[in-house]
Order: sequence, then C-alpha cells, then structure tokens
Amino acid sequence: MSVSRMEEVVRLEQVKRHYHVGDEMVHALDGISFSIQKGGYWAIMGQSGSGKSTMLNILGCLDRPSSGAYWLNGVNVAEMDDDELSDHRLKNLGFIFQSFHLIPQLTVRENIEVPLLYLGLPAHERSAKANELAERVGMAHRLKHLPTELSGGQRQRVAVARALANDPAVLLADEPTGNLDTATSIQIMGLFQELHEQGKTVIIVTHEPDIANYAKSRIVLKDGRVATITEAAI
Amino acid sequence: MSQLFYVWPFVRLGLADVWRHKTRSFLTMLGMVFGVASVIAMLAVGEGASQQALESIKRLGSQNILLSSEKPPESSGSGAGRSKLAMYGLLYEDEQRIRETVPEVLLTVPARMVRRNTRFSDRQMELRVVETEPTWFDVVDRPLLAGRVLRTHDLEVNANVCVLTELGVRRLLAAEEMVGQLIRIGSGTFEVVGIVKNAEGGAVQAPDSEADVYIPISTGKKLFGDTVIRYTTDGHPEGERIELGQIIVKMSSTEAVEAGSKAMEAMLARFHKKRDYKINVPLTLLREAERTKKTFNVVLGAIAGISLLVGGIGIMNIMLASVTERTKEIGIRRAIGARKSRIIVQFLINTCVLSIGGGGLGILLGVAIPMVITLTTDMPTVIQPYSLFLAFGISAGIGILFGLYPAMRAASLDPIEALRHE
Ligand SMILES: Nc1ncnc2c1ncn2[C@@H]1O[C@H](COP(=O)(O)OP(=O)(O)O)[C@@H](O)[C@H]1O
Ligand SMILES: [Mg+2]
Repeated sequence: MSVSRMEEVVRLEQVKRHYHVGDEMVHALDGISFSIQKGGYWAIMGQSGSGKSTMLNILGCLDRPSSGAYWLNGVNVAEMDDDELSDHRLKNLGFIFQSFHLIPQLTVRENIEVPLLYLGLPAHERSAKANELAERVGMAHRLKHLPTELSGGQRQRVAVARALANDPAVLLADEPTGNLDTATSIQIMGLFQELHEQGKTVIIVTHEPDIANYAKSRIVLKDGRVATITEAAI
Repeated sequence: MSQLFYVWPFVRLGLADVWRHKTRSFLTMLGMVFGVASVIAMLAVGEGASQQALESIKRLGSQNILLSSEKPPESSGSGAGRSKLAMYGLLYEDEQRIRETVPEVLLTVPARMVRRNTRFSDRQMELRVVETEPTWFDVVDRPLLAGRVLRTHDLEVNANVCVLTELGVRRLLAAEEMVGQLIRIGSGTFEVVGIVKNAEGGAVQAPDSEADVYIPISTGKKLFGDTVIRYTTDGHPEGERIELGQIIVKMSSTEAVEAGSKAMEAMLARFHKKRDYKINVPLTLLREAERTKKTFNVVLGAIAGISLLVGGIGIMNIMLASVTERTKEIGIRRAIGARKSRIIVQFLINTCVLSIGGGGLGILLGVAIPMVITLTTDMPTVIQPYSLFLAFGISAGIGILFGLYPAMRAASLDPIEALRHE
C-alpha cells in the first residue's frame, strides 16, 4: 500500500514525563523524539514499566508532557486547553483498553452510542450508527446485553465498535489483547488490520511480539527512552 | 430540541441510578419530601388564614368599628337579696356622643340582641332577636333573599315588622312562603317582610352571625323596654338592663378607623366607671390574623428551610458517594472526549432526578397535609397552585445547588487516574 503524500499526524520532541512519588522522581518518559505519519500502523513495545502506557496516554491527549513538545497536526498540545483536548479526543481519536472499559450500567447499544451522544447526534441517527457498528464487529445480536453478560472477546469487540463510532483518524490501543485468549486475540487483530487497510492510523501498545508483528512499524522503549525504531517504508 | 436528545439519556441514566439504589435514594429524598411538603402546607395554611380574615373584613367592613356591651368582671349587684338587677353596657347616650364628638364618623348603627319566645302557628321556640335600625343592612352585608329589609319608616312608626334570616326560617320549621306571614315575638305580633342570608362563620364573628330575626329597635324598645328578666334555676328572678348590645360605627374611610377607635376608647373610658364594653376593629383583627399567619410561616418556614438544607446535604453526600462509585465511568467518558462541562451536566441531571423525585413525593404529602388539617381542625387551608410550581423550582434549585460540588469534583478528576480506579 502506498500513500502519495506523507502527512505527519503527531511529532514528539524531547518529551519527558515524570511523576513525583514521595521524595523520588520517576521518569516514566525521559526524552522521546519521534513522529508518526498518517496511515501508519505502529506497535509500541517494551518491558513492563518502560513507559508504553504513559506514551500512549500522551499521544491520546489524556496526559500532557512534563517537558518537551508534542505537535498534533501542527499544533503544540501545550497550548491547547482541556476542552480543546477533549474535543480532539472526541472527533479524531478512538481508544481501546486492555480491560475494555465499557460503562457497566449501560447496554452494548448505549455504550456504543456514548461518543455519538457527545457528538450531538439525534437519537435515530445514534441508533442507526450503533446498529451498523455492532454489525461490523459481529455484535449485532447482543445490543441489549449488559457488558457483564458478555465474554472478554465480545466486550473488546464492543469497545472497538465504540472506538470507531466517531470515525476516528487515529486508533490507540493499550494492550488490547492482554486479557484475551489467542483465538480471540487473532480476531481482534484482524479488525485492526482491516482498519489499517481502510487508512486509519493505528497505534498499539503491547509487550507480545506476536501481536507487534501485525504492525508495520515498531518503537521499542526501555526505561522511558527509545531503544529502537523500525519504521516501515509506506 | 437537540438539547433534549442530549439530556434525555442522562435523565434515564439518573433514573436508573436512583432505581438501582432504591432504599438509599428514598432515604436521601426524605429531607426534600418534608421540606417541599412544609412549603406547600405553609402556603396553604397561610392562604387559608388570610382568606378567612379577609372574608371577615368583607363581612364586617374595613371601615367599621364594632362596640359591644360586656358584663364587667364583678357585677354582683346589691348582693343582699337573691334577686339582682345588673345594669351595664353601652348607652343610647354613648351612640349620640360618638356621633357628635368623634370626627370622621359616617354613621352609627345601634343594636340589641335578646332571646325571646316566639310563636308561629302552633310552634313555640326561643329566637335570637336583633333590634336595630335599617342602616344595619347598609353596614353589614346580608344579601336579601325575599321581600325587603327594614325601612326608616318602620322605625318612625314603630311598625310591627320583622326580617327573618334563613336560619330563623329553618328554626321556625316554616315550609311555606314566609313573607307576609305573622309571627308572635314576646308580647307583639310581627309581620314578616323579608328574608336575608345568614353570615357565614369565620375567625371574626359578625355581631349577628347567629341571629334569627330583625325588628326595628324603636318597636322593640316600646314593646319590651331595656330590661330582660330571667328566672334562675331555683326560681329567683335575675335581671339585666342593657340599653344597647352593640353599636356599629362606620368611619368615612379605612384610614380613619385607627384614630376613631382610639377616640371612642378614650370617650367610653371617661363615661363608664366599669369596663363594660369592648371595642373590636375588624382591621386590627385582620392584622392579628396576619400576625398569626406570620408566626405560622416562621415556624413552617424554619421547618421547610431546615428540611431542605438537610435534604440538600443528604443529596450532596449521596452524590459524592456516587462520584466515587462511578469514578471509572467518568474516566471512560473523559477518554472518549466528554468535556468537563458535560460531566458536570450529567451529575447535575442525576442530582436533579433525586431532588425532583423527592420534591414530587413532597408535593403529594404537601397536598395531603392541608387536607388533613382542614378535616381534623376547623382551620381553613387553600392550596395555592403556584406553590406546586414553587416546590418544583425549589427541588430543581436544591438539586443544582447541592449537586454542583459533587459534579465539579467528578469533572475535575484526572482521566487517567479515574480510568485506573477500581
Ligand atoms: N501515576 C503515576 N504515578 C507514579 N508513577 C507512575 C504513574 N504512572 C506510571 N508511573 C510509573 O511510570 C513508569 C512507566 O509506567 P507505564 O507507562 O505504565 O509503563 P508500561 O505501560 O510500559 O508498563 C513506571 O515505572 C510506573 O511505575
Ligand atoms: Mg501499561
């Protein structure tokens, strides 16, 4: 697959993120610089505690760097306020988490509709869109179920459907298969593959090489620093 | 409209939340229930009291001052003989003096109220007779049902005519048309010339509220004099001599009432050795009613205020617990892209569902309480339609006021921390 014009989605310049734990300073990210092109399919790898989640949260505008610059479509995130970051997440990003993070008291349909609600879609459009998304992830037959009534794999499918509801440009997944068995993992990764082929930018955090192999490009973190970067020539 | 699309799912979420914690929600709502109920009951009782007072005023006239004779504290008479003649009360002279010396007096109406034996066809009974002047009917509102009221001419010629009240008609057990019939009152025979409506009962009793029949005062004086002799149970005569039972003084304006009553008070005090009279000013009775109402309002208002405060704090407490419970949900919503303000709105809606739910139950109780009050005491109550809207407004207001802090807490949670919360 080839893209005629390279378009930078995000760029990190000497990004640091540190936490104060008691008197100690934990450097979760310790000077990271790299950039992601539109349509890229990335795996962020590294051992536990190497800073993968911290990096994904910053990429996903849930967190801000302690220092360094994070450019999002040419705008420095440091200059964006909380509402602007929220709006960016709402319109351009889709999150998928290791433990699914569905809202327990909402049905499958209602969970999928949450982003649509915030986007201001009227009820009938929300409903139609939810049907379509559930169909796409193979959950159309479980729309009225509560998350607790679903298996792990089914929950993750619903989470994917919800992440896709706003038709995001970038999908961010933090160990999406961490709680799933191998067969289900393969199904979920198949979904990501499809999305990548549709031109979405996909970023997956994982420590499993099998999962990372689905991605085209790879960045390996070690103690909050970049150990290696392998970028696929698109 | 699109705002409604947006709000409704959160209302449903709030309702579901309330339903999931039924007992907790109900207990939380109790404060609101009592608060709102007290507000409605307070306004209903207050309105009842002031309508009653206003009605009395309407009946007695706000320009009127009512003087009445009263048995002085120690009027034991001569004491030697067993028979005694008590002399007290308002005099014809008093009426004249008032008319001549008190400024702004429009007119004075004298009246005497005596029970007298009455006969009609073969029936005999005691009726309450009011001897008065025709102007009585100008001063006190007694709608005419049939015939006519007393006339000046009746007074001038000491005519033997009488005007019955509905009550009087009923007591005479008269089935037929009464106007034109003759009845015997004491030693005189009277022609019934008219029938009037009775006064309705109220906090302020009209002087003739229980009267059965009116006759010209001149006729009464000529026939019966001023002395009433009764026989005590052991057969001794006991007499009372009262010239006038009542004087109604109509002032030229409501503003003149206060000064007028003071002047009369001073005048009567000068000429009466004993305090054998009473001055009633309907206007002050209204003020008294208003004061009672105010006391009532202060008490109920305090109950309402405390209940609402406690209710609000209870709701706030529950909402804080709810924020903790739903920390993860908040993190998820924030990650999806909900602005802080959206989280605030969601929690405010949730709080309002609770408070308005409590308010709704409070309205039911608040409507029931005045009904029970009216049924068990003779206190009138009037439920004010606007108080129901007020109650609704208070409920929503409490929800917003006390929901704001928990909602802000929810919104200010760090999304990542919130997501990690278990
Ligand atoms: N909120 C926090 N407070 C303190 N330290 C944190 C916090 N979040 C992460 N860290 C630390 O930062 C480092 C990187 O964490 P994380 O990005 O979660 O690693 P990974 O996802 O690669 O396992 C770890 O040492 C972790 O303990
Ligand atoms: Mg992690």
